[in-house]
Amino acid sequence: MADPVLATHGISKSFGALKASDDVSIDLRPGEIHAIIGPNGAGKSTLIAQICGTLMPDAGSVHLLGRDVTQQSTRARAKAGLGRTFQISALAMQDTVLQNAVLGALGASGRPWRFLSPALEDADLRARAEAALERVGLQDHAATRTAELSHGQRRQLEVAVALTLEPSVFVMDEPMAGLGSEGSKRLTGFLDELRHEAPILLVEHDMDAVFTLADRISVLVYGKVIASGSIDEIQSDRQVREAYLGEDA
Amino acid sequence: MIAERYLNAAILAIFFVVPAWAWWANEPFTITLMTRAAIFALAAVGLNVALGLGGLVSLGHAAFFGIGGYAMGILAFHAQTVTPVMEWPFVIEGTKSMPVIWLTAIVLSALAALVIGHLSLRTSGVYFIMITLAFGQMFFFFSISWSAYGGEDGLSIWVRNDFPGLNTLQPIQFYGLCLAILCAVLWFTSRLARSPFGLALNAARQVPQRVETVGLNATRLKLVAFVISGAITGLAGALFADLNRFVSPTMFSWQMSGEIMVFIIIGGVARLFGPVAGALVFVALEHFLGGLSDYWLVYLGALLLLIVLFGRGGLIGIVSGREKAHG
Repeated sequence: MADPVLATHGISKSFGALKASDDVSIDLRPGEIHAIIGPNGAGKSTLIAQICGTLMPDAGSVHLLGRDVTQQSTRARAKAGLGRTFQISALAMQDTVLQNAVLGALGASGRPWRFLSPALEDADLRARAEAALERVGLQDHAATRTAELSHGQRRQLEVAVALTLEPSVFVMDEPMAGLGSEGSKRLTGFLDELRHEAPILLVEHDMDAVFTLADRISVLVYGKVIASGSIDEIQSDRQVREAYLGEDA
Repeated sequence: MIAERYLNAAILAIFFVVPAWAWWANEPFTITLMTRAAIFALAAVGLNVALGLGGLVSLGHAAFFGIGGYAMGILAFHAQTVTPVMEWPFVIEGTKSMPVIWLTAIVLSALAALVIGHLSLRTSGVYFIMITLAFGQMFFFFSISWSAYGGEDGLSIWVRNDFPGLNTLQPIQFYGLCLAILCAVLWFTSRLARSPFGLALNAARQVPQRVETVGLNATRLKLVAFVISGAITGLAGALFADLNRFVSPTMFSWQMSGEIMVFIIIGGVARLFGPVAGALVFVALEHFLGGLSDYWLVYLGALLLLIVLFGRGGLIGIVSGREKAHG
C-alpha cells in the first residue's frame, strides 16, 4: 500500500470539558477521496482546522507528505502542498473573480514583493489563474466582482483558488454546501477526476456525493472516529446506523 | 455620475490652475495655501496606503509627520548654527540640501514605522488604533522635553532649504517641487494598488485567512504597507516644516494624526485621489470658514458627520459612485 500523503496520528483537542477531537487517526492515500462524515458538532471543522494549521492539537501529530507539520503554520503547510477550501467562502468579496484566482497563483509563485508591475498583466500569474477558472467553469465571470457571484459560483471559485496552488493534497470543507442538485452533480463529476491529480480529504454533508465519490469513509461522532472503511462497510456498520444514519438497528 | 478618472483629473487640474493664476495675479498667499494643501495631501496619501489598502486604522501617523519635520529641523538647525549633529562615533554635519533632508526623513520614518508596525500588528481593531495612538503620544512628549531642539517652543529655521537649480524662496518654485513630489507619489501608489503586492495586501485586508491559506504572510504584507505609508507621511512632514520654516511638537500631536485621517475620510478611503480631495477641501474650509469664525471646526465636524452617515465613499464616492473593481 502506498504511503499516506496526509495523516493524523491520535490528535486530540479539547475546549474546556468538550472533547472536539478525541484521539483521531485518519490518513489519505494517493489517488483517493477519503470522506469524513458526521452529525453537526461532531468535530469535523475542528479536525480540518488542525490539519490546516489554524488550530494546534493538544496531543498527537499531523503528517504531510511524510513530514511532521504539527508545529508548522498554515502558510508553511500551504507551501508544502496543502490546498484548502473553506466551508464558508473566504474570498475577497470586493475584488473580481480573476483577482481572487490571481491571488492563489501569486501564493503559488511565492513572489508577492513586486510593487510596480500590474499583477493582472503578469502573463504567468494570469495564465495560471485563468486555467483554474476555466476548469471550474467560471471563465466567463472573470471580470465579475466576487460579491455579485451566486452562492454556487462562490463555491466554484473556492475550488478554483485551491487549484491555482497545484497542491499535492486537497482538503475540502463541505464544497457542496448550498449547491443545488445540478451544481452538486457537476462538482461531483469534477472532483471525481481531480482525485487523480491529488487526493482529496472531503468533509461533506451531501450523502449522494459522498457515496458516489468516496473510496473510504470515516465517521466522526463526538470527536471520535467510530468507524472507518469502504462505503459498504460503513453502510452496514451497526454503530454508524445508530449514531448517525439515525436508524434503529 | 462622473467617472472617477475625470474627477481625479479635475482635482489635479485645480492644483495646476489655481497656483498658475495666483502667480500671474501676484497672490503669493494663495500659492502658500495650495502648497499647504499639496503637503497635507501627500501626508494623507501616505496614510491611505495603510488605511485604504491595508485596512490599518493608524491614529499615530503624526509620529512619522513629526519625524520628517524634525529631520528637517535638526539638520537645518545645525547647518545654520554651523555645529555638527553628532561627533561620535562619526561626525554628521547639518545640511540645507533638500534631497539629503528628504532622504533622511524617509529613512528615519520608515525605520520608526517598522518598529511601531512590528509591535502594533500583534493587535487589531480598536487595540491597533490605541497602540498607534500611544506611540504617537510617546514621540509628542519626547519632543516637548527635548530642550536641545527647542522643547515646547520648537525650532525656527531662518531660510528655506535649498534644492539644486531652484530658488526655493520663490513660493511658486517651492510649490512646484511639492506638487512634483505629490504627483510622483500618486503615480507610485496607483501602481502599488495594482501590483502583486497591492493585490495580496488588498486580500489580506479582507480575508487574512485566505492569504495565509495560499502561502502568503498577511502580517508581513501589512507591515510593509505600514512602512511605505510611514515613509511617505514622513516625507510630507519634512516638506511641511520647510513650508513653515518652523517645526514644533504640534506636528507630533494626536490632533495631527486625526487631521490626516479626516482628509482621507472626507475625500474617500482607498480612493487614489480621496486624500487629495480631502486635503484640498480641508485647507479651503480652514481658509474661508476660519476667516468667518474661530469655531470653524464645528462646520468641519458637521461635514464629516454628513459624509460618514450618508456618503461612505467620501466626496469622491458621492460624485463618482461606487468604486469599480479595479482590474
